Amino acid sequence: MIRFDQVSFTYPDAAAPTLVEVDFTVPEGELCLVVGETGSGKSTLLRAVNGLVPRFSGGLLTGVVSVGGRSTAQVPPRELADVVGMVGQDPAAGFVTDVVEDELAHVMENLGVAPDVMRRRVEDVLDLLGLHDLRSRPLSTLSGGQQQRVAIGAVLTAGPRVLVLDEPTSALDPAAAEEVLAAITRLVHDLGITVLMAEHRLERVVQYADSVVFVPGDGAPVVIGDPSGVLAGSTVVPPVIELGRLAGWSPLPLSVRDARRAAAGLRERLLPLRPPTTPVATDGGLVAEVCGLHATYGSVVALDGIDLEVHAGEVMALMGRNGAGKSTLLNHLVGLRAPQRGAVRVLGAEPHRQSAREVIRAAGLVPQDNGVLLYHDTVAAECVAADRDADLAPGTTRAVLDRLVPGVDQRAHPRDLSEGQRLALALAIVLGAEPALVLLDEPTRGLDYAAKQRLITMLRTLAAEGRAVVLATHDVEVVAAVAHRAVVLADGEVVADGDARDVVVHSPVFAPQIAKVLAPETWMNVDEVREALAALEERS
Amino acid sequence: MTGPVDTVVSVGSVGARPDGRRRIASRRMLHPGAWWIWATALAAAALRTTNPLLLGLILAVVAHVVMARRTDAPWSRSFGGFLRIGVFVILVRVVFQMLFGVRIDGTTLFSIPSVTLPSWAAGVSLGGPVTLEALIGAACQGLRLAVVIACFGAASSLCSPYRMLRALPSALYEAGVAITVALTFAPQAAIVSRQVREARRLRGRTDRGPAAWLGSAMPVLEGALERSVALAASMDARGYGRRGVTSRRLRRAISATLLLGLCAIAVGAYGLLDDTVPAMLRLPPLMLGAAALTAALVLSGRRLERTRYRADPWSTPEWIVASSGVVALITMIVAGRNGAALEFSVYPLAAPSFLALPTVGILLALLPAQFAPRPALAAPAEFEVAA
Repeated sequence: MIRFDQVSFTYPDAAAPTLVEVDFTVPEGELCLVVGETGSGKSTLLRAVNGLVPRFSGGLLTGVVSVGGRSTAQVPPRELADVVGMVGQDPAAGFVTDVVEDELAHVMENLGVAPDVMRRRVEDVLDLLGLHDLRSRPLSTLSGGQQQRVAIGAVLTAGPRVLVLDEPTSALDPAAAEEVLAAITRLVHDLGITVLMAEHRLERVVQYADSVVFVPGDGAPVVIGDPSGVLAGSTVVPPVIELGRLAGWSPLPLSVRDARRAAAGLRERLLPLRPPTTPVATDGGLVAEVCGLHATYGSVVALDGIDLEVHAGEVMALMGRNGAGKSTLLNHLVGLRAPQRGAVRVLGAEPHRQSAREVIRAAGLVPQDNGVLLYHDTVAAECVAADRDADLAPGTTRAVLDRLVPGVDQRAHPRDLSEGQRLALALAIVLGAEPALVLLDEPTRGLDYAAKQRLITMLRTLAAEGRAVVLATHDVEVVAAVAHRAVVLADGEVVADGDARDVVVHSPVFAPQIAKVLAPETWMNVDEVREALAALEERS
Repeated sequence: MTGPVDTVVSVGSVGARPDGRRRIASRRMLHPGAWWIWATALAAAALRTTNPLLLGLILAVVAHVVMARRTDAPWSRSFGGFLRIGVFVILVRVVFQMLFGVRIDGTTLFSIPSVTLPSWAAGVSLGGPVTLEALIGAACQGLRLAVVIACFGAASSLCSPYRMLRALPSALYEAGVAITVALTFAPQAAIVSRQVREARRLRGRTDRGPAAWLGSAMPVLEGALERSVALAASMDARGYGRRGVTSRRLRRAISATLLLGLCAIAVGAYGLLDDTVPAMLRLPPLMLGAAALTAALVLSGRRLERTRYRADPWSTPEWIVASSGVVALITMIVAGRNGAALEFSVYPLAAPSFLALPTVGILLALLPAQFAPRPALAAPAEFEVAA
């Protein structure tokens, strides 16, 4: 259905090609997963399927990309609209109309579908994706998961045979991600649509995939194969596979269900042991304090009376649905917003009344899109500017960066860094001023497992240095690995606040994979299990 | 297929469901063409007068209708911005009058040192005494422009740019991508600029000063442009502007005819509005333009296969809205023909006269506030003061 034949691609002004001699075929009706780090060329590969690369990106593409027997060299993307449905990373950025129904119909209008057929297909897609309640809702009022489903529906009404999805769940909370993935698998199973999908959080999707394309980046050859085959040799694997390797299961489990069936023996072996406890660091000094905080956007209540304390030396995970108020709370803690009611104090001062210079010494925030923090041409220039901004001794930021991730190229453009390196650079800029409170908004978006592991190490170091770390995230695996304390927000209220293990393990939505496999015991990550097994060995 | 199931039950009501969630009862929106006819007619009416009473009345009518019938979508919040542009226009007009305007006798308020210009610049004056009459006259002319701007602002905040685009004839469709991208650029730039400002604060930089402005201009432009290009790519990937099978020559012929027609109509429309233009430049260009446009539409209609999902109907509310605007314009024209003093004379300065006929006509343009369907609101209705 989709065929890449010796495809190489180089962006304009790029020194090295992004894709080198990519060669693979996706047969009809398969769900094919594209994995690899951000910046490795996954998005480029996906956008080449309907010719948006190179037609909208510029650059030089050699070789042949064909889909449904049509080569993208001969026809522009718009003529392929009835064959390929393309959904980008940020669905809201691609919305043309205002209302759900119009958005679904837009592609059919362009294709000249007869009005009665249009009516019928819109109804079908509304049902298929569970959107019928939303049909006349303005697009701007939808949640992230709803937007993603509408974006999929908006290309599906054309009746494409291929669906290309670029990280459809990366911005979504676990429940919304399930919703979207369920819709996608239904399309593959019931309608025989071929799906090519990029995703970082393998633990969410690998169980549904028929094949995996691994894009290593830096022009290394692309690997394609069946999921357990490609992942068995890979260092980047979801926790269930890691657990499977540890326990020596064969074949390796891809889903929690597979793993649970294999894990009966393991559960029994672990029975005499208790998972280690992660104490909430209440003995550390009070760093930040939020009392009765209210915030509204127009008529929408974002925060509705939040009370929270953050102590030195603890890593706190802030969880909750998209739009639950996590980012709003973080913005208050660095003074980007002034409280409408209630109070926010960081180290005893109110951040919104302080100057920018004073704030960064107390609290530093790495925003969700960390690229907005970076606007110089080279890493070196960023570091120098950060030293100047915060009145630091020259070289301070660079030293912090080297400590976080050694060996980042001085002359590289921040945009050309890998996602993990860029996050480290943004974090280094924030940490230069030695803030007592470090805030990170969705730091794991776009990170592969290796980069995530480095992030986890960084966060542990920060906490050990006595800083308070607050992490707003949907990524339960990272929470399981690093957080001491978890706070769950829902509709602007704190619904749970306590030891991360207690909060996370018993929630069907937030439970990490290991907890699901080993329930009812409360193991959270593979490291705990590894240590426990080692202890057992010693004992016997 | 017959009537859509969820379209309207009671036009214009947002009802609460038993479970307390709000349900949008009506998705019926007024045909964008009706709003544009209404607004253009009011703008044309405003162009025919400098009487501050009539201009103020038109402004009040337009503002009232916008408040009563705009939606809560992002583009609906643009009216306040248009009003601010209007105020700016009045100020500029007044300042220009002080500096370069034709001197009018009367009560001298103050004097600006005058400059004697060389003979080739005869007719242009620079500086000199500034009279109350001159300032009032300039302010009224500025007000006229401001009201015209407000009328177009009203149209663009009353109907969604997308629906307008959809109502465009298919010949104009190729310009659609450009129009959509242009329309989304400003809101995108606003979003990016907020992000950049916040990021500067997060880095501990000061928020003010020309250096800060320069430092953030590039990221803002880059970011907004990237977002606009992403939208264009999405439109293309969804088949926008599909050509089907046509030769390049035919496409060019259509574009040329279209351009010619639009130019001719612009000239003709100007002729109609300005009484000093010779008669030759009124009807003939209009007719030429209409003929060219029709030809282009027929040619392109054969070329582009497009269909409409739930095409906006044109029924009673549309007739009421469009004709209420046109009636206001007609009363203004008739009053002018009958010798009513539509031009506000500042010398000698007198109170502006009250004109019965145009006043009634303009008040009729209030009808849309009652008869246009109330737009569906996502959130409970609330009108923030245009900030």
